[in-house]
Amino acid sequence: MNNKERLELAEWAIGTAIKSGADEASAVIYNTRDVEIEYRDKKLETMKESGRNYLSLQIYTGHRYSGHSTNDIRKPSLEKFIQEAVKGTGYLTQDEFRSLPEKKYYPGNTDADLGLVDPSYEKVDSSQRKKIASQIEEVARSQSGQIISATAGYNDSYYEFVRVHSNGFKGEGAGTYFSAGASVTVKDENGGRPEDWFYASSRFFKELPSPEMLGKNAAQRALKKIGQKKIESGIYEMLVENRASGRLLSMLAEPMSARALQQKSSFLDGMLEKQIASDKLTVIDDPLMPGGMGSRLFDDEGIAAKKRFMIEKGVLRNYYVDNYYGRKIQMEPTSGSSSNLIFEYGTKSLEDLIRDQKRALLVNGFIGGNSNSTTGDFSFGIVGFLIENGEIVKPVNEMNVSGNAKDFWKNLVAMGNDPYPYGSWKTPSMVFTGVNFSGL
Amino acid sequence: MKMTRRAFLEKTSKGLVAAAFVPYFLRLSPAKALAGPIASQVKLDDFMNHFGVDEKIINEVMSVALSKGGDYCDLYFQHSIDNYIGLEDKAVNRAYTDVGFGVGIRVLKGDQTGYSFTEEITPGAMKLAAQTAASIADSGALIKPQELKLKETPAFYPIETPWEEVGIDKKVPYLQQINEKVFAEDKRIIKSNIWFINGTSYIMVANSLGRIACDYQPMGQIAVSCTAEQNGQREQNYFDLSGRHGIEFFTPANIDKLAKESVRRTVMLFDAIKPEAGEMEVILAAGSSGILLHEAIGHGMEADFNRKNISIFSDKIDKPVAEKFVSIVDDGTNPNLRGSINVDDEGNDTEKTYLVENGTLKSYLHDYISSRFYKVKPTGNGRRESFRHVPQPRMRNTYMEAGPHKKDEIIASVKKGLYAEAFTNGEVFIGAGDFTFYVKSGYLIEDGKITKPVKDVNIIGNGPQVLKDIVMVGDDLQMSEGGWTCGKNGQGVPVSMGLPTVKVKKITVGGLNTAKS
Repeated sequence: MNNKERLELAEWAIGTAIKSGADEASAVIYNTRDVEIEYRDKKLETMKESGRNYLSLQIYTGHRYSGHSTNDIRKPSLEKFIQEAVKGTGYLTQDEFRSLPEKKYYPGNTDADLGLVDPSYEKVDSSQRKKIASQIEEVARSQSGQIISATAGYNDSYYEFVRVHSNGFKGEGAGTYFSAGASVTVKDENGGRPEDWFYASSRFFKELPSPEMLGKNAAQRALKKIGQKKIESGIYEMLVENRASGRLLSMLAEPMSARALQQKSSFLDGMLEKQIASDKLTVIDDPLMPGGMGSRLFDDEGIAAKKRFMIEKGVLRNYYVDNYYGRKIQMEPTSGSSSNLIFEYGTKSLEDLIRDQKRALLVNGFIGGNSNSTTGDFSFGIVGFLIENGEIVKPVNEMNVSGNAKDFWKNLVAMGNDPYPYGSWKTPSMVFTGVNFSGL
Repeated sequence: MKMTRRAFLEKTSKGLVAAAFVPYFLRLSPAKALAGPIASQVKLDDFMNHFGVDEKIINEVMSVALSKGGDYCDLYFQHSIDNYIGLEDKAVNRAYTDVGFGVGIRVLKGDQTGYSFTEEITPGAMKLAAQTAASIADSGALIKPQELKLKETPAFYPIETPWEEVGIDKKVPYLQQINEKVFAEDKRIIKSNIWFINGTSYIMVANSLGRIACDYQPMGQIAVSCTAEQNGQREQNYFDLSGRHGIEFFTPANIDKLAKESVRRTVMLFDAIKPEAGEMEVILAAGSSGILLHEAIGHGMEADFNRKNISIFSDKIDKPVAEKFVSIVDDGTNPNLRGSINVDDEGNDTEKTYLVENGTLKSYLHDYISSRFYKVKPTGNGRRESFRHVPQPRMRNTYMEAGPHKKDEIIASVKKGLYAEAFTNGEVFIGAGDFTFYVKSGYLIEDGKITKPVKDVNIIGNGPQVLKDIVMVGDDLQMSEGGWTCGKNGQGVPVSMGLPTVKVKKITVGGLNTAKS
């Protein structure tokens, strides 16, 4: 099936819902093809290749709402599925805020090309995939005699979808993803087998780093953990590497949602246009970035994508407002979810930031932990390194970092110049002062 | 399984696909549920009909799967139906359904895996997927699939009414009732979110060794989250009950418990503080504290990590790892628990497996690949999220058996420490052994007494070290009835856990350094 046929089917599905008694409906039909390869100990460990389809349908009947998805998209079964779904929706409670977004929020032009498809996708064949994975594994394994095991992975996917709303929205999209890297486990004489990973991903095949770079990085990261230990509890400066700092930022995502505001479970309630972080923090949501991992012309409610300052020099400028909760709290919808996040970056590299620290903890990974969107409390496990007089002196692990997001973000003192290249959140390395660590 | 043959046939006799994809939550309840005889009356033939296949087709597909020299293959047929209804702002104003239908085909060559699946269960589509999976090997066929023989399975989760017979109209009143009780319980409650989730999965798994098994796997859950406000301060907490149950599990007593416990856990947070940062004595309350075992030892004992030599437990089998009174099991046979299975997702028998017996490390958790590697019997831990996923060694219900101590004496023995009671999540690094779990709420212990409430602290330790540091084990084993889902390599499976009251003599608690600086 191609997108033209999917559009026809989605329109038919919506028509069937309306015919069955729905006032409004929206439908998405999605197809993806995925290949995953894993290499370990010079051998192909796993090879998985599959395609999947699904249809998801939102139904509004008398301001009652339900959502459904199924992977059987043949018309006879769908017809029955939709009829039952519409009928059953009638047993829910009426909710005046339940309806499709107003037409004015849909994009005027849904044909713009964000460059999300790599035309070379079709040319990547299975022997090439295996070769990349086996090379990464070989490079990783050869880095040191202390390596116990290296597993290299490669995967790619291609997706296509259409979205149709009964009140006049029609959109489609397609994209590719590629990712490759390795995880490596090493021997530590003090007991324990520290592990680390290095994976890269991109919309474009040619943007994947070389197998040498991927394998070497994964192994070197694991080797540097040998001898890791917890150190004394205390208040430290904290440097967080770019690939890990998104975990900290994620504690702002839920409290920034209209749902959390309406449900009174956001510590950012009432903070619009107020200072919630130091002036070092500027967060821009940019869905229209060409080739971006999170790029889109419209979000998963059909709402037109727009570049927005979410936080500007520490001042909260926007919430993530979806259609339903936006109606409930009378706010214009922005979008219910983040797309690509870009930041106001600093001038220094991670190495320079390390050199600036007298005594600090460099955090390069988190383990477990959670945050409380209602109060801002958080506590996460960490791994990383102790820095003294501008130098990394030893690896640390088995420690927690704890605090409250309301104070914590005001103690952000520097941003690195190093946006993380392999995700939709282009987070830089970050430096915080006065951070509570618990260890010994 | 108390499901009736008639009910099953009614569902399947309408023809495979049309019946399969009706979102049954939307139906009104039948006037009268069919009176049900016993599980053994649901026959293999019913499953074959349901998936529209027979032994001949399965044999043909397997022959294609083995055509390039694979030494084993299996087919995993699944039909899953998941329903969700949610109450928010006093109204049941949302409902979701998801239906999945398909077959996963796996081919092994030694410990190498080829995998594909199809959402279309036709001979043509299955053979195409089998060809893809077959290409893990690269010769001609070496073996033939053996004739299928049904593996009879036990019934660890009998339910009275299959979820197919419970319409949305029957579920809505539960949520309304809980909501009223929540608001009646405490004036400070300002919001409550309540959701009712139920799922049904029909599975049939056949392998080239000639084994075929089938199962009906129900799941039910009600969860309550509330927010309370006092003098401008807001707090939120959560409580849920889940298991392989039918709707009869949600008795008036359980409805009461859902309302009362979620409110108690929320309003106690108004007075909660953060403990001091650093190592301290920690008491784990009986029940959900079994999350400690899941992270500290359970994952590390999954045999794939040991086969690859990357677990911190890889060299510790038959060695003492804990005090003599510590025995830890992973069990698929507990009645109606969330992690129980009548048969695993590779068609192998489930069992109660000792990870640690009287302080000595005993057995890994095996799937078929690892059992072949270690030349042992599979332990029935081969599980997968769905037909779209490869099976892996996974936990079921992981718990510690009761020990010699009394809860009161355990608490009285602590001078200054933490009593951990409610948890949200945890994680482990398999090789280094670092593991964490997040304490949503608990209490301080001062001079042998439980005192101030504590909230939002992460606990971090090292698996083998913490096992050694378990110095007291209560006689009050309790299993968790929470809706736990365990994630591994991107796959989620339902699990449960349990623990008696346990004292760990030293572990790092996330807190503040105010007292020190």
